[in-house]
Amino acid sequence: MPEEKITAGGKSSGTYNLMSFDESRRRVKAGLRKRHRKERQFRLMGIGSVLLGISFLVFLFTTIIGNGYSAFWQTWIQLDITFEESVIDPDGNRAPEALSSANYSRLIRGSLLEIFPEVTGRRDRRALNALVSNGAVFEIRDLVMADPDLVGSTRSLWLLADDEVDMLIKGQVDRSLEQGSRRLKDTQIEWIDQLQADGRVEKRFNTLFFSSGDSREPELAGIWGAVKGSFFMLLVTLLLSFPLGVAAAVYLEELAPKSRWVDLIEININNLAAVPSIIYGLLGLAIFINFFGLPRSVPLVGGLVLTLMTLPVIIIAGRASLKSVPPSVREAALGVGASQMQVVTHHVLPLAMPGMLTGAIIGMARALGESAPLLMIGMVAFIVEAPGSPLDPSTALPIQVYLWADSPERAFVERTSAAIMVLLLFLLLMNVTAVWLRSKFERRW
Amino acid sequence: MQISTLILLLAAVLIAVFWLGRDKAIRCAGGIGSVRKLHSLPGYYGYYTAIWCGIPGLILIGLWFMAGDVLILQQITSQLPEHLRQLPGPELSLVVNDIKNMAAGQFINPARIGELSDAAEQYTNLQDASRWILAWSMLAVVCLGFGWAWSRLSPGFRARNRVERVMKTGLILASTLAVFTSVGILFSVVIEAFRFFQKVPVADFLFGLNWSPQTAIRPDQVGSSGSFGAIPLLFGTLLISGIAMLVAVPLGLMIAIYLSEYASRKVRSWVKPLVEVLAGIPTVVYGYFAALTVAPLLRNFGESLGWSVASESALGAGLVMGVMIIPFVSSLSDDVIHAVPQSLRDGSYGLGATRSETVKRVVLPAALPGIVSAVLLAVSRAIGETMIVVMAAGLAANLTINPLEAVTTVTVQIVTLLVGDQEFDSTKTLAAFALGLVLFVVTLILNVIALRVVRRYREQYE
Repeated sequence: MPEEKITAGGKSSGTYNLMSFDESRRRVKAGLRKRHRKERQFRLMGIGSVLLGISFLVFLFTTIIGNGYSAFWQTWIQLDITFEESVIDPDGNRAPEALSSANYSRLIRGSLLEIFPEVTGRRDRRALNALVSNGAVFEIRDLVMADPDLVGSTRSLWLLADDEVDMLIKGQVDRSLEQGSRRLKDTQIEWIDQLQADGRVEKRFNTLFFSSGDSREPELAGIWGAVKGSFFMLLVTLLLSFPLGVAAAVYLEELAPKSRWVDLIEININNLAAVPSIIYGLLGLAIFINFFGLPRSVPLVGGLVLTLMTLPVIIIAGRASLKSVPPSVREAALGVGASQMQVVTHHVLPLAMPGMLTGAIIGMARALGESAPLLMIGMVAFIVEAPGSPLDPSTALPIQVYLWADSPERAFVERTSAAIMVLLLFLLLMNVTAVWLRSKFERRW
Repeated sequence: MQISTLILLLAAVLIAVFWLGRDKAIRCAGGIGSVRKLHSLPGYYGYYTAIWCGIPGLILIGLWFMAGDVLILQQITSQLPEHLRQLPGPELSLVVNDIKNMAAGQFINPARIGELSDAAEQYTNLQDASRWILAWSMLAVVCLGFGWAWSRLSPGFRARNRVERVMKTGLILASTLAVFTSVGILFSVVIEAFRFFQKVPVADFLFGLNWSPQTAIRPDQVGSSGSFGAIPLLFGTLLISGIAMLVAVPLGLMIAIYLSEYASRKVRSWVKPLVEVLAGIPTVVYGYFAALTVAPLLRNFGESLGWSVASESALGAGLVMGVMIIPFVSSLSDDVIHAVPQSLRDGSYGLGATRSETVKRVVLPAALPGIVSAVLLAVSRAIGETMIVVMAAGLAANLTINPLEAVTTVTVQIVTLLVGDQEFDSTKTLAAFALGLVLFVVTLILNVIALRVVRRYREQYE
């Protein structure tokens, strides 16, 4: 170590404290240690925030998948149904009206009593009948209607179980609870155990969930109506917002002169992109429904509202992708004599199209997940029938989630989560398509 | 004749007319070999004729959609029996609905079938007639347009310029739609809010401490005259948004700093999209998550500490909303941090500062305006957020700053006031529009300030 002293400040100023080299080294080192410790802490805070953010995501997904995956299976009960003629068709002429209005629940009751002959008393019998879903009646009716020759024979049929039975089979009902604090009675649980021991209970893939509309009975409720409603709504949105958005982006980016009016349009678009979605719902209610007299609860109005909502997104994305087309392309086209409009339609627009499509898909994904404005225009309603056109009342997928989340039955919890999983799957598909489009067609100039 | 067939027919006619016009132009020029005698490419002559047929046709269809049904209904109501015609507006519209349903073959109130069957039949006939009128007048208009365009086609005719002018007009119209949307929002919200303020004074609304919109059904009922003081709602909104910002701002900012200053390219390319997934999740999913997972967790946690936590506590809704907003803050701040010139950082490193010191003393102050505007945008997002609070926050207006209690927000009240059937003119419905106006104005102010700050900030470094 050198012995000489360090003189700070040189000859011009003698007012600095003279400090030994060791002393200054010591101070700097001590300071450095502290500073490096702070550096490490700061870095750890950063890593911690990132991890926390990602763990929220993981937590969210595990909760939803954990709650929802079981909804893709559904419990069925095997019963030997005797199609007694005296019950179904006392007149014996197989008239369709008689077949469709027959009391099929008696058949189910009869076959349940055959398995449990010891059950007597009205209450117990009712509890026994409650094991099978209310929808099973229609299942049998459809069978008989399709094949009237069944009358008089006995068939072993798999019938849909009630949602509470389903919950028990899936292990969602706590058997140790007091009878009063769960929906299934002790006797019912015994019966189910016996049925299970006989091999009469089976879990199958839940096709009803994908093919049926809404229902008050969880085991009969499905998302098909909501999916179709969302589909019609997005169709309307896409057909309107994509052409309009592209046209507006082209005008603002390529053709518009610099003027106050254009500035006003630009400011407007930027502000509209940040207006809360519920305000668009108010707009839809006041303008489309009350002023223009369009019907409530229909996908057409939903699509119109979502169009207004996604337009700014598509315009902004479209302008960005037009901007990324290099000016040399335009100049070359102008140079060989193309008109301004020809430059745009023949050269710039095709080059910008992948970017615009990406923006449109992202806008559509946002529209698919949107629910607040739809509440305002009456799409929150209990609708069983799947809509056949954009003018039929319907719900949408996120609204179905909202409606089911409010239902008290335990079985709706798993269905809500399953509907969310379907919704997220659609969103994932759309976003993956957007990313794929971008990576496939994006050009670096 | 159905409208959809008519539109399809029109489309077919347009295609045919395009080829006719194009052919005529080529023939006028003297065959395909001498098209260079034409002013424009032959296709433009085709487009020109198609435009002259198509636009009048479309305008006609549009007019028919707007006015046709109204005229028919006027005709029908004027011929209704006297006692039905004298009904007040809303009931008359019910009768009209019955007529429409009956004409469509749907089930209606059996008591009305007798007196309405004539009207329903007439409605069907008139509708049929109006479609035929439309079809014939379309034919006339299309022929006229075609004749006009046809007579003008000649080799020297500047078809391209005409077509392009029409295209440009279309583009301009599309771009002004944004302005119309804004005007529509203002129009719908302000007018209804104005009608509300005719019933409830503005001061009572903005400064009233009591919110209970239930109005009496019968005039002689006591105690439920309805009071519309918005302060508890505004306070609840601020409380929940405040909690959300307490979660989102530190986390989002730290994530942005870590990703832009520390993380390697590889980590960044993985983490950034992952965090942004949080922004892509629909809000209804967050709402479900808040109501069914977070709220029970908080309640149990509170119970273990001996606190009473409401099952619809502001804390639960706020926390989940904060998580939703994290990517919003982080990606906006990431952008502004990226925009800080590297030379500033290099200068700081050159003076011996550590990375964190550079971030805290140089980068953040330089990026501060941008970050502030990011936070403002996030606040406006939080205030306008609907589904999370509808599902996880309370309904009763409660003026409190205790985050463990249930509060309600502006958006929740808009939804509860408007969902369900009620008359459009009732004070309750109008109150929803007044709340909407407040929401719109507040978010608009936040957005305008934020956008302005961002623009100025960008100019500073560009």
